[in-house]
Amino acid sequence: MSANALSQHYAEQVQHLQQSLPGSLPDWLAGRRDGAARRFADAGFPDPRMEEWKYTNVRPIATKPFGEAPVDTGVSAADVSALGFQGLDAYRMVFVNGRLRTDLSDLNGLPDGATVQGLGDAISHDPAPLEPILGTLAHDRFSSFTALNMAFMNDGALVRLARNVRLDRPVHLLMIGTAGNAASWSHPRILIHAGEGAEATVIEHYADIAGAQGFTNTVTELRAEAGAQVRHYLLQDHADGAYHVGSVFIQQRRDSRVISHNVNLGGRLVRHDLNVDLTEPGAEIVLDGLFLAGGRQHVDTHTRVHHSSPNTTSRERYRGIGQGHGRGVFKGRVLVERGAQKTDAQQHSANLLLSPNAEIDTKPELEIYADDVKCAHGATVGQLDTTSLYYLRSRGIGEQEAREMLVFAFADEVLERMDLPPVRESIEARLAARLPGGQAFETGA
Amino acid sequence: MLKIQNLQARVENGTQILKGIDLEVKAGEVHAIMGPNGSGKSTLCQVLGGRDGYEVTGGSVDYLGQDLFELETEERAREGLLLGFQYPVEIPGVKNIYLLKEAYNAQRKHRGEPEADTFQFLKLVREKLNTMQMDESFLHRAVNVGFSGGEKKRNEILQMLVLEPRLALLDETDSGLDIDALKVVSEGVNKLRSPDRAIVLVTHYQRLLSHIEPDFVHVLSDGRIIKSGDKTLAHELERNGYHGIIEEAA
Ligand SMILES: Nc1ncnc2c1ncn2[C@@H]1O[C@H](COP(=O)(O)OP(=O)(O)OP(=O)(O)O)[C@@H](O)[C@H]1O
Ligand SMILES: [Mg+2]
Repeated sequence: MSANALSQHYAEQVQHLQQSLPGSLPDWLAGRRDGAARRFADAGFPDPRMEEWKYTNVRPIATKPFGEAPVDTGVSAADVSALGFQGLDAYRMVFVNGRLRTDLSDLNGLPDGATVQGLGDAISHDPAPLEPILGTLAHDRFSSFTALNMAFMNDGALVRLARNVRLDRPVHLLMIGTAGNAASWSHPRILIHAGEGAEATVIEHYADIAGAQGFTNTVTELRAEAGAQVRHYLLQDHADGAYHVGSVFIQQRRDSRVISHNVNLGGRLVRHDLNVDLTEPGAEIVLDGLFLAGGRQHVDTHTRVHHSSPNTTSRERYRGIGQGHGRGVFKGRVLVERGAQKTDAQQHSANLLLSPNAEIDTKPELEIYADDVKCAHGATVGQLDTTSLYYLRSRGIGEQEAREMLVFAFADEVLERMDLPPVRESIEARLAARLPGGQAFETGA
Repeated sequence: MLKIQNLQARVENGTQILKGIDLEVKAGEVHAIMGPNGSGKSTLCQVLGGRDGYEVTGGSVDYLGQDLFELETEERAREGLLLGFQYPVEIPGVKNIYLLKEAYNAQRKHRGEPEADTFQFLKLVREKLNTMQMDESFLHRAVNVGFSGGEKKRNEILQMLVLEPRLALLDETDSGLDIDALKVVSEGVNKLRSPDRAIVLVTHYQRLLSHIEPDFVHVLSDGRIIKSGDKTLAHELERNGYHGIIEEAA
């Protein structure tokens, strides 16, 4: 589609949007939405001349006239259990092409002080509590995609915990794309607000019915108040033809601890931005990530950790696997502010290339303005160790199997830190299935 | 069982390391190979193991009636030829027990047997751990990662005990062991002895050979076996070193 036809298309989308929004939006929200729509209209999609988008050309997204997804009622409970995690006991919300399906969801038994709710529902019925969080961590100016999400989001999830409330089970947000979504986009917005001393695990999980090709543009805003502990799983296992842009914003107060598990397995073109702001002393973030870029996949992850207060800690461990003609990017920025003494920041990125045509770029970026800090970083890109391979084979293990053991071992150093065995095992199986000869491995193990 | 004839091999940079080795090992025998540093002992082991980076330039190796070089490394192992490494390899992320189980099952599969039941397998491994006086925690550690030198050697023999090779080729399994560990490792190796199995020990020390009595002792020097004898040859070497023998052969 030509640029002109496309802007025409998006103008229509915006118009269409104004008419389709639930009832009357409160002024603050209508204002934020309008602003975002205008910002997107002005800026357009990012292009590779921008430093942050140097490695990722979003043309395949920008040249398609995406629009709202058709309502798809075809997804069944059987699909949900096939795409979900066997044996995971969780509060569950299921979304199909971005829209909540209450009939497939199960939120029974939530403790007092815990709100887990569809965002469309919250906007329609009780938007006031959203004001201090929705759009406050994720700025429209962060990227056109954030603005686009703000302008077009109409559903998603709200997880809010009052002071000292401990969620006994994880919240599983299962976002399913269907095969009928080829020209459609969705803009889920996930809000997680853990009050002082609260504890929760939220699994943001993107999975598709085979053949899905939609564009998912998500924004997650997570605020951990003093002493809160949050685990955030961001699991992307889209079908091969799908597009995914995910922007995560985490803000942490005093002594809070957030653990992020970010796994990228599927999708055709994937970009993740994880932004963390450690705003008060004692805040600690753990960023664990694993990505696989095979076939013709392009998977780009940018993390930014902002140590804006003294005595804050970050531990970042990302691993990437490239195979086929896959292209991976990892860029990790750590910014230590002048006053942020006693910052302890560690970042490590290790990458494995399994084919001569795969490529991974990894780039640490440290900006340190304080003098009494402990910062370490390391980045490697390499191939499977031939000596290890030989050693395994010398014990009778077949070459293919030995390779898989080593690739697995590489990935598992990240996955083993997941605290939910059903999730970890399922991710391992899905990873295995995506490696060459993987299907055999799965059944043979 | 193993018949090596005039074996010659060189490394990637073109240097000829093995210059015509002849050695025959029959079932039930224990052979010791001794020789100065750099004489080609490990090279011989690795060529027999099928490691990349060596080119066989002449000669032949027959193993159980087959041309050894027709077999891939893993096929050699499944046929019962197992190599104990002079420098066991550390493999982060792969648990010891997992390696043992995969290797054990690969061998069973090769023989057309069903995979081992986990319970039975663990029972077997525990028994072998006991022989090697190793703590069970070693099973759940990554293969050789952070193991002391002696622990690595014990771990090699543990694998042997589980996999029960027909021909065990042990490259300096005694190096780096304290006196007690040497006893334990020797005991492990002695358990492998049987009329239908054979063992080749590469060693620098007569000490090992007092625990595991060899039927034959060979001296490898500059890529050739220059002298063979019975266990008394090892004593002679211990007393006089290689010098005399090398000169005599020249
Ligand atoms: N990949 C290689 N490239 C170059 N030279 C090699 C290579 N591998 C072995 N060599 C050389 O071949 C010779 C024989 O080495 P090898 O390891 O077989 O000796 P060894 O008899 O086992 O000695 P040691 O008793 O010290 O273990 C040495 O000089 C060694 O440097
Ligand atoms: Mg050697």
